[in-house]
Amino acid sequence: MTILKSMLTGAAALALTAPAAMAEWQPRKPVEFIIMAGTGGGADQIARLLQGLIQKKDLSPRPFIPINKPGGSGAEALRYLQDKAGDDHVVMMTLNSFYTTPIIQDELGVDPTEFTPIALMAMDTFLLWVNTDRDDINDLDSYVAAVKEAGLNWKVGGTGSGQEDSVLTAMMEAEFGYDVTYIPFSGGGTVAKNLVGNQIDSTVNNPAEQMEFYRAGNSKPLVQFTGERQAAFPDVPTTKELGIDIEYYMQRSVNGPPNMDPEAVAWYTDLFQTLFDSEEWQSYCKSDGLTCDNMMTGEELAGFHTKQFAAHKELIAKVGAAAITGE
Amino acid sequence: METVITALGSGLLEAFQPLNLFMIFAGCLAGLFVGCMPGLGSVNGVAILLPVTFLVPPTTAIIFLAALYYGAMYGGAISSITLGIPGASTAVATVFDGRPMAQQGKADKALMAAAIASFIGGSVSIVLFTLFAPPLAAFALKFGPQEEFALMLLAFATFIGLGGDDIPKTIFSILLGLVLAAVGFDIISGRPRLIFFDMVEFQRGIGFLVLAIGVYGVGEMLWTLETTKGTVQMHKVNIGWQRMKENFKDVKIYINSTWLGSFLGFFVGTLPAAGATPAALMSYGLSKTFSKDPDSYGKGNISGVAAPEAANNAASTGSMLPMITLGIPGSPTTAILLGGMIIWGLRPGPLLFTESPDFVWGLIGSMYVANFVTVILNIALIPVFIRVLAMPFTMLTPVIFTLCVLGVFATTDRMFDNWLMLIIGVMAYFLRKLNYPVAPAVLAIVLGPLAERSLRQSLISSQGDAMTFFERPISLVCILIALLLVSYPLIAKMLKKRNAQQPAQ
Repeated sequence: MTILKSMLTGAAALALTAPAAMAEWQPRKPVEFIIMAGTGGGADQIARLLQGLIQKKDLSPRPFIPINKPGGSGAEALRYLQDKAGDDHVVMMTLNSFYTTPIIQDELGVDPTEFTPIALMAMDTFLLWVNTDRDDINDLDSYVAAVKEAGLNWKVGGTGSGQEDSVLTAMMEAEFGYDVTYIPFSGGGTVAKNLVGNQIDSTVNNPAEQMEFYRAGNSKPLVQFTGERQAAFPDVPTTKELGIDIEYYMQRSVNGPPNMDPEAVAWYTDLFQTLFDSEEWQSYCKSDGLTCDNMMTGEELAGFHTKQFAAHKELIAKVGAAAITGE
Repeated sequence: METVITALGSGLLEAFQPLNLFMIFAGCLAGLFVGCMPGLGSVNGVAILLPVTFLVPPTTAIIFLAALYYGAMYGGAISSITLGIPGASTAVATVFDGRPMAQQGKADKALMAAAIASFIGGSVSIVLFTLFAPPLAAFALKFGPQEEFALMLLAFATFIGLGGDDIPKTIFSILLGLVLAAVGFDIISGRPRLIFFDMVEFQRGIGFLVLAIGVYGVGEMLWTLETTKGTVQMHKVNIGWQRMKENFKDVKIYINSTWLGSFLGFFVGTLPAAGATPAALMSYGLSKTFSKDPDSYGKGNISGVAAPEAANNAASTGSMLPMITLGIPGSPTTAILLGGMIIWGLRPGPLLFTESPDFVWGLIGSMYVANFVTVILNIALIPVFIRVLAMPFTMLTPVIFTLCVLGVFATTDRMFDNWLMLIIGVMAYFLRKLNYPVAPAVLAIVLGPLAERSLRQSLISSQGDAMTFFERPISLVCILIALLLVSYPLIAKMLKKRNAQQPAQ
């Protein structure tokens, strides 16, 4: 029902604003769609889906070209976007490294709250995964026991260092009182593959990254780091149910460089609203365990970023930057 | 086995549907075009033409895009040979010998070798794909960071072990490439490093194409200008039936390199994260190492064209394998294809083969057909391509230079890279004057980041214990082969000496 409602209001809003926006600003050259992570990961899949939908539905007079800039846990992408200040033909698909990387790498000189917020497309979730070969691990308790026994020989794979996967890993280390070896990879897809190939022992992949291996019976989720069970994983307990104080989400928002032309921002906002309301996007959210109830934009999203940025600063101060970067 | 044949049969039938056949043709032609334009590669081609495919069913769409990908692999060789600028990163190794051949008036032979080697590479690769896709996917899973690093060592070894070149100078060249590859963000900690003169532009690193175009476009041009004082005359080739028939007969000269490139390319392509560029470079290096006459490489040896061309086509097919079976793209282009598949409602992963057999087998069938279409198109168009060389050098030079500038600007969209390209070009020119080989530096900048990442991941996971590389069978075998390759020229030299001494006794 909520989906239908938001679709209707979205369509109505679009009907009012679209012709006006069309007349004012629209891309004059291909739009660079930067992804601040490697190929095959959650952000990458989402960006490529959106790019395809833009072209399929003919929503932009010029194509969106997805470009992966995974270097330095997204530092490369952040720096790139910062340098593109005032450029109306570049937008970026972000994840939580949008907050963590500027905090950990303060010499980068990037303040994420200065970027132009466009649209929060979804909130993504995290699950704890192990290979199905591990018969001895079937729930969180047996997992913690196995990790404690293995000590530093336990290898957790994740995307980048000082990024959401390592933040969550550090949170777990603090909660359960163990130390693991964290290995950074370039993208969530590679992480998933390395788990299935038994190169690493566990991951905190997003649902989209493990979904196909999960369906094929290669990997199993032990716990979801959420408040409520997701529709895609009705049998997997949440941390809240187990009484563990770790809840962590990933924002999936689209942002532009600082100082974008307001008319361009309006055009992009309309564009992403149309995408958000599309049947394809909503069904993708459902099948991949993303929360997509309403799309935050403009001031509201700016406020969200400011709050999240502060929360991550606090979190990193608590677990220590060294625990996250592994230095 | 029987099921494979039935499935393949239906796949081929699918590919021969009129619409699909037309799309294969259109895709190959479009691919040839984007492939031969410097700065435009299969990545851009696939990204730009993706929307076209939403008008047709998914199978037709992937057939079109795969054909485009294929065509671009062939197309890259055209500008490498005729202009000396790699049309795409995958075609860099083709310049090494393709360009000298063109200067000797043998452009048609080089183009023919590129077309035929690509055809063989592609065909071998598709057959392997058809027969062994699932077990190979399982094998790819065995490749952890340790194995990846061992494979990279192997690639470097093929270049150190190059017979004729001065080995200390080769090592210097590799190290220079590694230093340039390290510029930018540290790939593990994400901190900026080696930022020359504290210029923020260096934070984004030195792009591979900037280096390759600088070295081969600008550097080479300066060199040619100096050595010929502008009087160089690219011999006009008169292409007739007689010459074409002769060119076909050359196949037996380069057939061994072609087989080598085909198998190697397919294998490297199937590994996630490697792709066609390392495959082509490794194939070139190996082919040179095992050649009876390694000194002639880099001076217009036809096998030096065939080896990388066979490998890059084989790898482009190979890189479809991790995409389809694991959902992990083996190259930037397959990453975009992956996006397309998600939109068509297909989920690449271990279940795709069983859940969407029509799609997978249609794609495989189309690859067989696309291979034939591209080789015919290419051979038919050779006379057109070599028309470029009929231009006087005084006109060709400015054209090449313009294409270099355009190519670099098109890929990175900033003037800084153009200045960098010029500086690198001048540096490469001096290196060349001092007799340093530049190809190993190019190899190092491609493989450096891959090697560094896997080395550091391995050492993190073993907590600093380097023995981890020797404890794992696949990685151990790769390292042993690498050692053998490094010492091969020495052994070969010693054997030669002994053979030379024996008759005297």
